[in-house]
Amino acid sequence: MAQVYLPRSLVALFVEPPPRHLTVEASSLGDLVEDLDARWPGMADRLLEPGPQIRVHINVFVNGERERDLRTPLASDSVVHVIPAVAGG
Amino acid sequence: MRDKVEVLVGTKKGAFILESDAARQQWRVRGPFCETWPIHHFVRASDGTLYAGGGSNWYGATVFRSDDEGATWSQSSAGLTYGDDEPKVTNIWNLTPSADGKTLYAGVEPAGLFRSDDRGETWTHVAGLREHPSQPEWQPGNGGLILHSIAIDPTDAHHLWVGISSVGAFETTDGGKTWETRNKGVRADFYPGPPPDFGQCVHKMLIDPSDPQRLIQQNHCGVYRSDDGGASWTEITNNLPSDFGFPMAVHPRRPETMWVIPMTGPGEGRHMIDGHAAVWRSRDRGDSWEQLDAGLPLQNAYLTVLREAMGTDRLDPTGVYFGTSTGQVFGSADEGENWQLLADFLPDVWSVEAASIEG
Repeated sequence: MAQVYLPRSLVALFVEPPPRHLTVEASSLGDLVEDLDARWPGMADRLLEPGPQIRVHINVFVNGERERDLRTPLASDSVVHVIPAVAGG
Repeated sequence: MRDKVEVLVGTKKGAFILESDAARQQWRVRGPFCETWPIHHFVRASDGTLYAGGGSNWYGATVFRSDDEGATWSQSSAGLTYGDDEPKVTNIWNLTPSADGKTLYAGVEPAGLFRSDDRGETWTHVAGLREHPSQPEWQPGNGGLILHSIAIDPTDAHHLWVGISSVGAFETTDGGKTWETRNKGVRADFYPGPPPDFGQCVHKMLIDPSDPQRLIQQNHCGVYRSDDGGASWTEITNNLPSDFGFPMAVHPRRPETMWVIPMTGPGEGRHMIDGHAAVWRSRDRGDSWEQLDAGLPLQNAYLTVLREAMGTDRLDPTGVYFGTSTGQVFGSADEGENWQLLADFLPDVWSVEAASIEG
């Protein structure tokens, strides 16, 4: 089960918000987004843009490495951080 | 029974609700709502539902909905896409509910039209508009290639007009399957040669609530009215001090009365002329205009009012409201004769809609 950390600004968009830290059974980043979307409908629209690909200002780190490819494999001990890009204003 | 008046304000950092009683002298501010997302348009449908549309640089475009006066919000953009091989929808610029509240239209960036028949849960692309043969040549205005004006014929739900910057006006009579350009008589001074069939920079277009053949628009190049459903336009800039401005408002019961906010031109800052804040009103469908500035700042007020940031309530006399890109909301309880500052220090105001509710 991959461990997943979600940002406050994302979970706050859902009437019944997901926890900030959860575990997900997924073999790739694409699977992870699919699982989250099934449990919290609309999650994929917030994380992905046409392609489909990860939104340009959303950063996803797997075990500390930034990944953009939805085919990136996940293992049972993977740690995934979803982090919006830092911005000012 | 006491009427409540509300002004719905969309800003760069969330949505706000300003509330007052029918006297419209004391105002309370609630918000920010919608997780402080950039909100381009914030409206109330006739069934009471609140909708707010916008776009986040991180999470994309979505439409928020509240069924409990803003206490809680859901959001959805399901179906708000041109497809995986097409440009992404980055922003919602306009939300227009049908009169019965059952259909909600969204005008988006890059320019296109979507509709929802389930209160914003899911969206369907009104694809006929982007299938218009002119579409490959559509060019953006300074604010982007945006569909910002949606007018629905109150007598025929299949009859709509839209306004796109900087493309112009379109009309459909078959529910959006096919569209025709509606820009005859509208100047496009930034083009060489005679006015083109499309490419005009409409800034705000409204329908006359009493006569769907009558439309009005504030354009990049003047103010116009149409008496034939947009087939032709007559310029009514007349004695206005500038042909440039963004918003426009029309009286809810006496549509010969309308308001505009002239601003300096595109190369001159796009703000109140000489730093003197003023709204201009016509009582004769634009044949003549009068300046209204009592209570507004008359010097050093370099305010900008954007295209969606003026609205009217339905009381008598009608209240008129506008918001500035520097966070002020001004209101008049007497059709523009006298003004007061309703709220200051808000984020940049992008939209203002007003409503009066029997309480």
